[in-house]
Amino acid sequence: MSAGQEAEVVLRLDRISKSFGALKANDAVSLTLRRGEVVALLGENGAGKTTLMNILFGHYVADEGEVQVFGQPLPPGNPRAALAAGVGMVHQHFTLAGNLTVLDNIRLGTEGLWSRSHSGARDKVERLSRDFGLAVHPDAKVGRLSVGERQRVEILKALYRDARILILDEPTAVLTPQESDALFATLRKATALGLSVIFISHKLHEVMAIADRCVVLRHGRVVGEVDTQTTDKGALAALMVGGELSLPRAEARVAGPVLMRLDGVSTPDRGAAPGLKAVTLDLRAGQITGLAGVSGNGQAALAEIVGGLALPASGRIVLKDTPVTRWSPGEALARGVARIPEDRHHQGSIADFDLTENAVLEGYRTRFSRRGWMNWRAARAFAEGIIKGYDVRCPGPDTRIRLLSGGNMQKLILGRAMAPGPEVILANQPVRGLDVGAIAYVQSQLIAARDRGAAVLLISEDLDEIMGLSDVIHVMSQGRLSPGFTRGTMTAAELGLWMAGQKFGDADAA
Amino acid sequence: MRLEPIANPSPARRLGLPALALVATLGVAMLLALVAGANPFAILGQIATGALGSKLAILETLNRATPLIFTGLAIAVAFRAKLWNIGAEAQLYAGAIMAVVLGTGALGSPLVLPVSALAAMLAGAALLLGPVLLKTRLGVDEVVTTLLLNFIMLLFVSYLLEGPMKDPMGMGWPKSTPLIPEARLPRLVEGLRLHWGFALAIIAAVIVWVIQTRTTLGFEIRAVGQNPEAARFAGMPVNAVMVKTALLSGGLAALAGWSEVAGLKGHLSSDLSPGFGYTGIIVAMLALLHPLGVVVTAIFVAGIFVGSDAMSRAAGVPTYIADMLLATALLFMVLAILLTKVRVVRG
Amino acid sequence: MSEIVDILISASFWAAVIRIASPLILATMGELICERAGVLNLGIEGIMVIGAFTGWMAVYQGMPLWGGVAVAMGAGMLFGLLHATLTVPFGLSQHVVGLGVTLFATASASFAYRLMLPEVTSPPKIEPFQPLEIPVLGDLPWLGEALFSQTALTWAAFAVAGLVAFTLYRTPLGLAVRAVGENPAAVEAQGLSVTGLRMGAVIVGSGLMAVGGAFLTLSAFSSFFFEMVNGRGWICVALVVFGAWKPGKAVLGAILFAAFDALQIRLQQTDLGAVLPYQLFLALPFILSILALILMSRRAEVPAALMVPYNKGER
Repeated sequence: MSAGQEAEVVLRLDRISKSFGALKANDAVSLTLRRGEVVALLGENGAGKTTLMNILFGHYVADEGEVQVFGQPLPPGNPRAALAAGVGMVHQHFTLAGNLTVLDNIRLGTEGLWSRSHSGARDKVERLSRDFGLAVHPDAKVGRLSVGERQRVEILKALYRDARILILDEPTAVLTPQESDALFATLRKATALGLSVIFISHKLHEVMAIADRCVVLRHGRVVGEVDTQTTDKGALAALMVGGELSLPRAEARVAGPVLMRLDGVSTPDRGAAPGLKAVTLDLRAGQITGLAGVSGNGQAALAEIVGGLALPASGRIVLKDTPVTRWSPGEALARGVARIPEDRHHQGSIADFDLTENAVLEGYRTRFSRRGWMNWRAARAFAEGIIKGYDVRCPGPDTRIRLLSGGNMQKLILGRAMAPGPEVILANQPVRGLDVGAIAYVQSQLIAARDRGAAVLLISEDLDEIMGLSDVIHVMSQGRLSPGFTRGTMTAAELGLWMAGQKFGDADAA
Repeated sequence: MRLEPIANPSPARRLGLPALALVATLGVAMLLALVAGANPFAILGQIATGALGSKLAILETLNRATPLIFTGLAIAVAFRAKLWNIGAEAQLYAGAIMAVVLGTGALGSPLVLPVSALAAMLAGAALLLGPVLLKTRLGVDEVVTTLLLNFIMLLFVSYLLEGPMKDPMGMGWPKSTPLIPEARLPRLVEGLRLHWGFALAIIAAVIVWVIQTRTTLGFEIRAVGQNPEAARFAGMPVNAVMVKTALLSGGLAALAGWSEVAGLKGHLSSDLSPGFGYTGIIVAMLALLHPLGVVVTAIFVAGIFVGSDAMSRAAGVPTYIADMLLATALLFMVLAILLTKVRVVRG
Repeated sequence: MSEIVDILISASFWAAVIRIASPLILATMGELICERAGVLNLGIEGIMVIGAFTGWMAVYQGMPLWGGVAVAMGAGMLFGLLHATLTVPFGLSQHVVGLGVTLFATASASFAYRLMLPEVTSPPKIEPFQPLEIPVLGDLPWLGEALFSQTALTWAAFAVAGLVAFTLYRTPLGLAVRAVGENPAAVEAQGLSVTGLRMGAVIVGSGLMAVGGAFLTLSAFSSFFFEMVNGRGWICVALVVFGAWKPGKAVLGAILFAAFDALQIRLQQTDLGAVLPYQLFLALPFILSILALILMSRRAEVPAALMVPYNKGER
């Protein structure tokens, strides 16, 4: 469905610029959106996509430039005005209150604060969810919903306010391939009804599948605007990263002995997050084991077990044929398990500590102190070694880590984890939110560690990443673990069925 | 409005803003003087002279600063780990009680002073242990529990003074039997009314400073305070660090009470502390939680109190002006410290 | 044992329970509003002192009793504004600011008291609220004395609790307050002001705390003493937790608490009081508060964003 040139322009961003300190997040970005059209905003992490949309939605105020909706300029910095003008945004991190019902989340802010609640809300929500294929119960507590359901609530929120322009920020990041298809179907229904969509993504195949037009951002600037009918993935990729830059792909290798085994490990459910259901998993030397799955299906629980943060309710952890009896983060470190945490800002580092202090967080007891006295000289030398060895761009080891970019922060964490020469490496979303250069670096280090004989467990929601790096792929769904699939034996669609949980029934029956 | 972190705050910003906070506090002092019908410039002078104008005044200020150094250190240590110990007042009395229990004849010299100091620290530590275990085990907010314990402790002291510890020679006044001479802290310099507690407080500040900067425990305390999740992930025993912090903090607060009884008063009474435990919060915050800074701010705060007493007698401005100024200084200071790290931007 | 039963079935006991509960209900509702919006308000103790002082002073200066209530409320809201400004847009530590506000408010009351009454040794009395005569109900045997011989301010306290519950659960405003304490980003995405809602909640909540304080001088006693609030504010913070952040349960908690308080006063006069030190009875409310916190620790549904400041730039 291609929008003709005659269709009305519903949204015009005109030369938007925005700086954060020295960083120019948006540099004279212009964009038009027509009625009934899907425009993809493509760019790698840090290209300025989210900043641009936050300006459009009034979370940020642009330094320069203007936003026009249906020909009217939008007052800056006012989400309420954006909502009133018919702009609806589905944020990457959902903006829902878990203690409220679906209906209450949708109604929130739509009625005068001092008025009585009105009664037509439920009917409207039910009608919208029928019309757009967004099944969700209005009286369910949002805290108990799955990620896919929450996304539907987010879209319903926008539709309930009669949004004419929908902005979706990386909407498929949390969905199975099948759920993504359902989302695309909803979006097609929406455009058929005259809505317009801005679809933010860094996944090329999705952009090709859903968008009519594609605007490519790099370093805050528009570097290209192409019709998806007349381009291909390769051309888009080149535009996005600025020239050829390929990510490392691991070649198959012969695996060594099992270094870590989870043997029938179960953990209790935590609210809406499922615990592990009798998971058995072997991590072998010289092998990258990829763990695919939609976020919130038990990966966090598995990472906690492997990383020493939790104990199994039942089942065993076996390290090189020896079942562990005591298990804690310190114990895991002592037994040669390195961890790259999912959340480098809150788990992996201490924002106001300098690089030296962050570098010795894991080893201060064993390697950088004697009888309780810190050896700061050795600690500093260690940090300098990581900075040099892992190409951490920073003014020096006395810099507070909060001032580093995500990629440099991750390199320091990587260097810290690799320093003791670990045998097992837990890499939980190691490249999320990094730019392409840093992604390539981190991934090549994981491959190098594997080649040295380490057992690597790679957890990621990005199926492309999993399929590119892993020697063996497992899929998690609802706390259950699929069998291991050797490299190249499964397609993304087949893995998607496992991610959706459908294949588990088959396996049980067989 | 929005707050935006400043990458590298200039020295002018880092020092200028806290200084501005103090100047603003002086402005409030002058405003209050005007309200009270006094000459705003005169009262500032009177406070300063009252605190530092004579040898006697200086000694009085340093004596008043002694318990504040201890409670300020107790708070600084705890707040560094984001352990909100608001119970220094109760821990202070726990230390004071131990000074009386062991100092009225139960032990003879020369053991009595070191043993009663140790017992005081243990008692204060034990008092904070409960709230901390409730926090780490059950997630009970320690602010409220430590606050409530202050009230319970005051009632307990009142009971002791009317019952088991009652001074038979007290003529109905609620105070304890006096300490034996061997249990008293000697004067620092013969003839001057300043006791050894002051020197011990400074030694304690140096020890705390060394612990914080040179030891693994200090590193752990700072890490747990800044980001307990990252500390736990890195393998630090977060709950054990909390407990150790509590023991240190409670022990320091108890020394405040111990030194007041053993050094200054010689007996326990229910008005031993005019809120030293709470004022310690202000002392610690003004010092930006730095242990050596605590010594300076404790003397400053003590000077405000002593000076205000003198000023009040002369100028007729209520002595409560001191409490108002210190509370104002606290609020201005936390705001100033924030603004050294972030700037306020539009949109 | 029979003494306790005698106490529990006496009408005067229950009248006292309701009287003691009234200021707690007012202040607890104030704290509950703040916390529901995501702000822990430890200024409560000092704001109650300010309310007690200003309400009493206004009446002493010739204002009507309800005028005193209004003055107290206004003064409380002013201190609430101070607290809200520092904790909401600036996002400063709610612990430190709360204690700072308490110290500042308490000192302000003492300073103003000494300034306005420099010479007096004992504080002057005012003519406080009198019990309302309720026509039929007030004449009922037992019940009339137990429940219907209260002052207008007590009735107001219960009305306020009802109003808070209604607003929280039945109006768009309450929905927004509940949402902002759980996930401020949700509120902002729906076009509402996080800062406005939170500051509003803290200011209104502080006003109620001050009225709770004013109850002490305008209804319970007829004079102002420095130590009269005596930890009631901290107890109210505990009562919010005990009530699991729900108005109805918090009111029940306040009544239960008041019952223990009324009981301990009466037990002091019995044989038990002759055996046990009176300080133990006086400590009972504080001990009970700690026990309540322990009891509820596992079950409470804390607002997810309580004590988490919100800054638009960070997400």
